[in-house]
Amino acid sequence: MSRVVVPCHVKSTVALQVGDMRTSQGRPGVLVVDVTFPNVAPFELQEITFKNYYTAFLSIRVRQQTLMHTPAKWVTCLRDYCLMPDPHSEEGAQEYVSLFKHQMLCDMNRILELRLILRQPSPLWLSFSVEELQIYQQGPKSPSLAFPKWLSHPVSNEQPAPRLEGLPDPSRVSSEVQQMWALTEMIRANHTSTRIGRFDVDGCYDLNLLSYTCFCPSCPE
Amino acid sequence: MLQEESDLSLIIAQIVQKLKGSNLYAQLERQAWACLQRPEIRLESLKEDIKEFFKISGWEKKLQNAVYSELNVFPLPSHPSAPPEHLKEPLVYMRKAQGSWEKRILKSLNSMCTELSIPLARKRPVGEQKELLNKWNEMGTDEPDLSLFRPVYAPKDFLEVLINLRNPNYENGDSLSFRTHLGLIQVPLKVKDIPELKECFVELGLNTGQLGIDDSTQVPPELFENEHVRIGQKVLAQQDSAAAQQYVRQGSPTALRAELWALILNISSQPEDILYYEQLKTNVIQHDLLVDSLIYKDVKLTASNDDYYFVFEDYLYQVLLCFSRDTSVLGHFAYNSASPPKSYIRGKLGLEEYAVFYPPNGVIPFHGFSMYVAPLCFLYHEPYKLYQIFREMYVRFFFRLHSISSHPSGIVSLCLLFETLLQTYLPQLFYHLREIGAQPLRISFKWMVRAFSGYLATDQLLLLWDRILGYNSLEILAVLAAAVFAFRAVNLMEVTSLAAAEAVLADLSTLKVMPLLQIFLFATVT
Repeated sequence: MSRVVVPCHVKSTVALQVGDMRTSQGRPGVLVVDVTFPNVAPFELQEITFKNYYTAFLSIRVRQQTLMHTPAKWVTCLRDYCLMPDPHSEEGAQEYVSLFKHQMLCDMNRILELRLILRQPSPLWLSFSVEELQIYQQGPKSPSLAFPKWLSHPVSNEQPAPRLEGLPDPSRVSSEVQQMWALTEMIRANHTSTRIGRFDVDGCYDLNLLSYTCFCPSCPE
Repeated sequence: MLQEESDLSLIIAQIVQKLKGSNLYAQLERQAWACLQRPEIRLESLKEDIKEFFKISGWEKKLQNAVYSELNVFPLPSHPSAPPEHLKEPLVYMRKAQGSWEKRILKSLNSMCTELSIPLARKRPVGEQKELLNKWNEMGTDEPDLSLFRPVYAPKDFLEVLINLRNPNYENGDSLSFRTHLGLIQVPLKVKDIPELKECFVELGLNTGQLGIDDSTQVPPELFENEHVRIGQKVLAQQDSAAAQQYVRQGSPTALRAELWALILNISSQPEDILYYEQLKTNVIQHDLLVDSLIYKDVKLTASNDDYYFVFEDYLYQVLLCFSRDTSVLGHFAYNSASPPKSYIRGKLGLEEYAVFYPPNGVIPFHGFSMYVAPLCFLYHEPYKLYQIFREMYVRFFFRLHSISSHPSGIVSLCLLFETLLQTYLPQLFYHLREIGAQPLRISFKWMVRAFSGYLATDQLLLLWDRILGYNSLEILAVLAAAVFAFRAVNLMEVTSLAAAEAVLADLSTLKVMPLLQIFLFATVT
């Protein structure tokens, strides 16, 4: 299913804190980020993606247009979604996250505004936020590239063998991979930047010094 | 964090993509076409019949092993928005630290080149090529002057980098808090405590038979050993990687170990593997690299002086020189926080079409690197097979011991796990050593970086490596390091200096790995 980015305006973060912000020594444990959609008609939200930065829990509220001419209401659609399993350590702290409409507590149609409520109960982090926030709505339907039913749901009469913890069942995965040629057209060739094979250039590998710049395209250097 | 139902599809897509370029894929396709001629294959049930043929002919098992191998090695697919470097290492400050460390290594190599007026790489003259080819099996007899060459770095240099590693978003206040870690590693990674380790290493429990304990001369073999060997033979007959991995958690019988490890690592030597090794050998013969001298020097300084490994000196040269030329090793940089160094063909500086990796495999050896290969020489006697096993061990495990990452099997996590175990379960010992300036990690770091190779007796080391393969994790190294300190705790409480503490722990060659691990994990009051 195709998806389209919804242009949005992410407002400045507002910290929620008891007492005087200037004199209080503790850092705020709750931040609120409002997201508005100027020049966008009310829409059905499909997906939210972002990169976490040390936020432990996320709640989301949405303001939806009502059918009557009553004021639009704020509704909680996600409550205390865990982004860091242990708020005191690094796991999940800088992960990329996708949240889909089926994970929400309410219908995600007729959206006017979003409010992200970020919580970090641990005092160990100097700051926390979410970055690279993207909101998506459903795009025009494209020709289906879904897996055939027999590939997505293999039928097996045998009992699955016990599997090692943390790994998908290899017999299930392999029974699906047996149909590799059925997937051939669906998966584009992987154009890796790593050169495999010969290491020389036209038979020459005469080198003097190493370069300090990196090979990977994403590096700032 | 992705939709759970799409996870399997993504995993399948990733594995298909990997396997499509493999020899196995071509073989499967050939088999599928060939089996169409068979009378039992009917058009109306073509798919099911081909699947059944794969099952009975053993090809399904080969595919299953390949899939299992991919699942073990490659990280699960990351978020579609995540850039490639996020797969290498999700924490930005760790990536930066690794980048800075790499720059230091490159500067060290470059300055060595400049000081000694030698190139990084050159083509050997024909005469030199012939000479090297003639003495390929006895390179150890050669005594070139390597006095001017120095290892690019040693484990203790790397430890200093890890000690200075900091998260810029972490509250590093001076005040002691409930989270205070008194060790040298000051990054807030999550590591397991003993209850979690017990759960993870459940097969090492006191009620489970273990090679390394229950095969000692005092224990009648019919109680455990005979049956364990019989099961091992059955596992090998089945040719099932997952079963082999589960099996070696209780240790591998000496006679079966080589085959079991090859099965776990999904290495079945084909004629093309021998050809590939010969091609690497040709590349060694044709080109002379600066890293060859580093390898040569390292073998001379380490394995050649080791009572167990000196006899394998020639094997070590062959394997390590070929390894340095193997461009397939570059593939592991997709999930390694490190990046391969880059150079330009002489006279073509800055022209990207003349940019190459140096060395060709992207791995610069450090002091002690050859000890990753040495123990394997006891198991594999054909150089090409030894080579394949080492390469697979490296891209699965050993690379994690000399790169900065947040991975649970990475050296940073291992150091933190070691220190946390000591601080939590042996607080008096930990505090005493810290007070006298003998931080425990300064002693144990070299053990962990080398995966204990060269420190334990070989039979004990192989029992330890059984468990690394069995659990697909290096965490056992940190547990063993802590267990060694626990075992020597009484003596260590008496010492008053780092030198004295090092003397107490200088010789680990008499230690028995499995009793130490069992006592530390399962007989410690938690």
